[in-house]
Amino acid sequence: MKDDGGILLTLAGYFAVMSLFAIGGANSAVPEMQRVAVEVEHWMTARQFSNIFAIAQVTPGPNVIIVTLIGYHVAGLVGALVATLAMCGPTSLFAFYVGRVWEGFKDAPWRSAIQAGLLPISIGLIAASGIVVASATAHNFVAVATTLATAVVTYTTRLNPLWIFAAAALLGLGGLL
Amino acid sequence: MSETISTASAPPPPISSPPVPTLLELCAAFAIIALCGFGGVLAWSRRMLVEERGWMTPEEFNDAYALCQFLPGPNVVNLSVVFGRRIRGALGSAVALLGLLGPPFVIVTVIGLIYAQFGEIAALQRMLVGVAAAAVGLVMGTCAKMALPLFKDPLGLAPLLALATLVSVGVLRWPLYWALGGLIPLSIAIAWVRR
Repeated sequence: MKDDGGILLTLAGYFAVMSLFAIGGANSAVPEMQRVAVEVEHWMTARQFSNIFAIAQVTPGPNVIIVTLIGYHVAGLVGALVATLAMCGPTSLFAFYVGRVWEGFKDAPWRSAIQAGLLPISIGLIAASGIVVASATAHNFVAVATTLATAVVTYTTRLNPLWIFAAAALLGLGGLL
Repeated sequence: MSETISTASAPPPPISSPPVPTLLELCAAFAIIALCGFGGVLAWSRRMLVEERGWMTPEEFNDAYALCQFLPGPNVVNLSVVFGRRIRGALGSAVALLGLLGPPFVIVTVIGLIYAQFGEIAALQRMLVGVAAAAVGLVMGTCAKMALPLFKDPLGLAPLLALATLVSVGVLRWPLYWALGGLIPLSIAIAWVRR
């Protein structure tokens, strides 16, 4: 059993490094979060991780808030704070300084090459986050159907996702999933 | 667009300049963005900064967002830092960041507390299972929308790179750093050669 300081340091270390690889948004780091939290550190089960992911999605605010919940689960309020700061601190400093330099190179060819090169990677990462969480949620036919129906509705319409979440919560409450 | 970092004693901007928000306005704007943004804060940040407040032109927003999208870390967090810096320097960044993360932090911590207390209640568990299934669908649907432009690549390399990322990270579950350590340089090199 690690002492409190040890677990906080572990949390901070994981999220600080992970944040630097979160290309295209916080959801890009979800596969790595799941790998660390469930498979490496055994902080929670895959089912618990999916629940936390769901809570983060229905909570107003940026998706990055999932790290607050993981931190809270692992080490309470201090853990929540440490995880959030570790996930947002280094990249915010990076954005602050690099952003300033970057604006000076607005039309440089290497800038558009980096941008074009990172795009498919970030989309692959977000797709991976879907697969990783789905592997824990897709446990029966109705669950798979709910996921696919939501994906189709999201893709084809501009319906507010809250309606879909409400409907899915009712399906779950009815014991169908 | 030049840097618009202003000081408190700066003269009122000419009519053509966008209004310069105060620190409080900056903080409040990002708090509102955070609290309205269910399932994606991008649409709300654009609406707030461009349409409602007129603090940025659509072009400035696209440019700032393009930058924030490929800077590492959460996009909207980066946007708050970059926008806050343009407006009020380091203090502006800090205040925008606080507005964006503060309210959701409080909300999510309260939810975390409730979940820790009552998470094992069967009814709540069942609802969460439903929401989780839908949340995955939301991510997949959004991802499919974003992936659409990749298929315009005549050589089909962009979808292939996305697929390689998906398989290595999502299916084979390689640690992120191994997978990206190879794929990012490869992808950028390809983009460079084909520019």
